[in-house]
Amino acid sequence: MSKNSSTATGTSVSSRILLDAVTKHYPGQSKPAVDGITLEIPAGKIVMLVGPSGCGKTTTLKMINRLIEPTEGRITLGDEDVTNIDGDQLRRRMGYVIQAGGLFPHMTVAANIAIVPKMLGWSKEKIKNRVDELLELVSLEPAMYRDRYPRELSGGQQQRVGVARALAADPPVLLMDEPFGAVDPITRQRLQDELLRIQEEVQKTIVFVTHDFDEAVKLGDWIVVFSEGAHIVQYDTPERILNEPASSFVEDFIGAGAGLKQLTLNRVRDVELAEAVTGSPGEMAQDVLARVKEAGDGHAVILDENRRPLSWPSRRQLSRLETIPATPDAAIPLVTQGSTLSDALDTMLVSSAGAALVTDRRRSFVGVITVEVVMEAITRSRKASAMANDNDSPVGTNTGTIEVQGGTT
Amino acid sequence: MSDVLRPQAAVGTAAWKGLVIQPAVIVLILAAFVIWLKLGNLSATERATLNPGDLLAYTGQHLALTFVSSAIVLAGAIPLGVLLTRRPFVKVSGVILALANFGQAAPAIGLVVLLAFWLGFSFWSAVVALVVYAALPVLRNTMVGIQGVDERLVESARGMGMSSFSVLMRVELPLAVPVMLSGIRTALVLIVGSATLATFIGAGGLGLLITTGVNLFLPRVLVSGALLVALLALLIDWLGRVVEHYARPKGLR
Repeated sequence: MSKNSSTATGTSVSSRILLDAVTKHYPGQSKPAVDGITLEIPAGKIVMLVGPSGCGKTTTLKMINRLIEPTEGRITLGDEDVTNIDGDQLRRRMGYVIQAGGLFPHMTVAANIAIVPKMLGWSKEKIKNRVDELLELVSLEPAMYRDRYPRELSGGQQQRVGVARALAADPPVLLMDEPFGAVDPITRQRLQDELLRIQEEVQKTIVFVTHDFDEAVKLGDWIVVFSEGAHIVQYDTPERILNEPASSFVEDFIGAGAGLKQLTLNRVRDVELAEAVTGSPGEMAQDVLARVKEAGDGHAVILDENRRPLSWPSRRQLSRLETIPATPDAAIPLVTQGSTLSDALDTMLVSSAGAALVTDRRRSFVGVITVEVVMEAITRSRKASAMANDNDSPVGTNTGTIEVQGGTT
Repeated sequence: MSDVLRPQAAVGTAAWKGLVIQPAVIVLILAAFVIWLKLGNLSATERATLNPGDLLAYTGQHLALTFVSSAIVLAGAIPLGVLLTRRPFVKVSGVILALANFGQAAPAIGLVVLLAFWLGFSFWSAVVALVVYAALPVLRNTMVGIQGVDERLVESARGMGMSSFSVLMRVELPLAVPVMLSGIRTALVLIVGSATLATFIGAGGLGLLITTGVNLFLPRVLVSGALLVALLALLIDWLGRVVEHYARPKGLR
């Protein structure tokens, strides 16, 4: 979440996308599906297109890679006008992810990922290395998954492969059309965290369509709120959309609990974590218990040799043990530094401890987050809200028509 | 979810049993028939009609009819079926399907004889009749198979920059293969059975035994003809199943 970074035009011009007065008019329909939209997608940022169903957000997305040919207007990728270049060539330069990944069931995971590199004529060796690299990137063990068929994967795993496939030829742009719409909430949360982690590494320009406002707030550097006909109602940072909705339409769309949604804007790494007493398997439980008592804590965190949390026994559990066992406890509340406070709060509320263990990217333990810390963060972010300044906002308007819903950036 | 079951193993064994039993049964019946031919209590006329040389010749004619017609059906109906699923031609697909339906709904014997009046009493009229008769299952299953491919897969393929031809070759056709093959098998079995009728227009085949059996009241000859046609049909059906088993893309259930 970077409200301070210099947007777009300056750095890595190559992947900025500009829709210039683009219209899509389907024959036989009186109203255009997309009405003269001018939209700048800054390079290396995640821009979320949200709006009610049928508002034209998916049409807008598909016009970027010209799966849908615009009726009017120009589309620029970097400095290049791509409105009239060969559509297939253009699409090979843009990753495309759809719901459930859209994997081809008759091809293995590796073959699915290799499709675009093959079309681009990469060597076998290079493709093989790239496939493994990408599987690692999306946290799937290459040796285990590369020769599997999609139906042997869970929904979340298929979605990961879908993302890997879209990234295969390292395109500057990633287009995602409600990719996480078909998975259960827990998997979705995990996939979202994963996407943010991947984005930290790859820094793509991502255009992401969703109808889920919470998802937009969580993932977006910028959010475009659409009303019917792809009219841009507001194009702003998640913070500002939550704090200063441009119209009652946006307010309705945000829905209840804007305050709680603020929690989605803050990450675990932004708050101060509590320290904890740690122990390792094989130690005498008594010794660990003594340390816990000395520190005045209620629990001890048991870590394996890579500092990954195994279990989180309470004083009482410790007192019943002889030595510390090496068995991992699947039920311990775990969040990562990249998790939102909202997800962290969810996790702690279901755990009995009223707190959660925080791990870093390599899944090693960094600290404990408690409900109190989250509460403090809410108070703080309220005070600090609405500090983003207008100057770096990308362009987003509709031209040529009356702006039914009022204000834009 | 790393330990997802691989159900194809179980399905595979069941399918395999079927694939082994069918030819075994065919061979057994054929052996019994040969033994009966050698040792059975046949009249002189029957023995003359059922002599091995003639039987082989009839079977050869029957197979020739079958393979030529099948080849034409496959070469014509598959590309046509593919074409009819392409955007510019979708509109005419209804008309073509109705025509193919008509071909199949018309009584085969009527078709054979009518065509013979028009094209002459020959091998090739019989082939034309068989082609018209058996085109529908192949045509329809090709179309249904391709139309049955999840539209999102096609979109996702286009979205990756595959040309529409390469989407057809690498996504749509491979995924349609199981449905197409079952249509092809149906057509082949239809052709083997219907090739019996070629005898009425002098195109030979195992049907000759049946008509001889009827005309001269030789029930044993009649039954022999029917039995051989049935065995041939079962054999073709088995070949079709074997191909289906191996051509089905891995990764599909």
